[in-house]
Amino acid sequence: MAAKVGPINPPPSRDEVDDIEVDAFVHAMSRRHGYDFSGYAPSSLKRRVLQLVQSLDVAHVGELTARVLRDDEMVPQVIARLSVPVSEMFRNPAVFRKLRDEVFPVLASYPQINIWQAGCAHGQEVYSLAILLKEAGLYDRCQIFATDFSDEALAKAQEGIFPIRDARLYSENYLAAGGRHTLSDYYHARYDFMKLDARLRDRVTFANHNLVCDGVFCEAQLILCRNVLIYFSDALQDRVLGLFRSSLSRGGFLCLGNRESIRFAPSARDFAPLDAELRLYRNAGGLL
Amino acid sequence: MKTASGLPPHAIVVGCSAGGLAALHQLLGALSGPLPVPMVVVCHSGSEDMRMFCELLESRSGLPVSEAEERQQPEPRHIYVAPSGYHLLIERNGRFALSVDPRVAFSRPSIDVLFESAAEVWGEHLIAVLLTGANSDGAEGSARVRRCGGTLIVQDPETAQVPVMPSAALELAGADHCLPLPEISFLLEALCS
Repeated sequence: MAAKVGPINPPPSRDEVDDIEVDAFVHAMSRRHGYDFSGYAPSSLKRRVLQLVQSLDVAHVGELTARVLRDDEMVPQVIARLSVPVSEMFRNPAVFRKLRDEVFPVLASYPQINIWQAGCAHGQEVYSLAILLKEAGLYDRCQIFATDFSDEALAKAQEGIFPIRDARLYSENYLAAGGRHTLSDYYHARYDFMKLDARLRDRVTFANHNLVCDGVFCEAQLILCRNVLIYFSDALQDRVLGLFRSSLSRGGFLCLGNRESIRFAPSARDFAPLDAELRLYRNAGGLL
Repeated sequence: MKTASGLPPHAIVVGCSAGGLAALHQLLGALSGPLPVPMVVVCHSGSEDMRMFCELLESRSGLPVSEAEERQQPEPRHIYVAPSGYHLLIERNGRFALSVDPRVAFSRPSIDVLFESAAEVWGEHLIAVLLTGANSDGAEGSARVRRCGGTLIVQDPETAQVPVMPSAALELAGADHCLPLPEISFLLEALCS
């Protein structure tokens, strides 16, 4: 059998050192700054911390830890880098179409509609939701709470400015989601950016909320939390699903990311699938 | 036939891109049956939904193939394919994890992300296979697999539909074996027996 054997460095056990340093970093963030990442899924967290090390141009995780211990001004930046997931407007358009077609008609029966977008990051999905609610004639009755634990992310979400290069994808998504006009009705293009219509924020409250440690703050008829819990351990995922259950009105809707699995979470037992494929559930607590 | 570490394999990870589906058909088709370890595949296909891909692979190979599910424990004798749009990682408890972090090597799912996380968990008990492809995703991951004591098998670029990916890995990581597809199938069976 022809086998080419090439050179490879002997194992320097860097991984093990990194692991120890990441643990120390997590401990430091918790004790010094009150941000607890111990319930995060370790593999993704480690990747993000190592990326943070690269982008901040520090030598290793140990140095990062030493700096965050002493430099409070670094913390918002660190939190932002550890938190922000990639998103897009009307991501997975089928989900938004389903919300429009099957969830909005139920929401319409409420005199006041509370919606919680948990982990809103840069706000693409909040604006998507606002647009569809406007087109359904429900927006003026809505109160949307868009929360994140990163103040930097919240500030960006509040601006509603996205790179213009994404406009084409967003427009296609919008139409696939069942949008009635064209997306360009809702933004102004300037230089390389698109700025969303400020009126889309009229009924949105941006607020800091950390799913790891904060509690119920409203009774919502719809909660969206897409691709956030995938970064959490089973125990933390279960805690947050319990929080959602307590925050949802009876029959309220929960929308998760397209490939999320809640079958290991005891708190998910009250969530009855409305569309299991699209990860859309109803709070059946007390109904079943 | 032994792994690089001489230890029995616990899992196989496979990466491929352009020409990947045909290569996987050939690789799996040449196996005499399911392997006694889980096989986890990242294939950049450009497809929005990998379930059709899984069905095709299953019907052609006669082996059980499904999309990797978040938090699922991979089982022996089964083939798992990373869902579209998500990185697939092996968590420290040996279960699948997903992430929507930015693309790595222009890819999500990225072969590097799967290989690196698998190498950390399965170490000397891991076999990684890198096949045809048109970019260099998988090279960093291949190097990590070898540093952690795993066995790296790279498709001979001269026999690959698109040689860029296996060539990039060979350049960065070398390989324990560099073979054409039919011999890779044979080797996997030998290493797992």
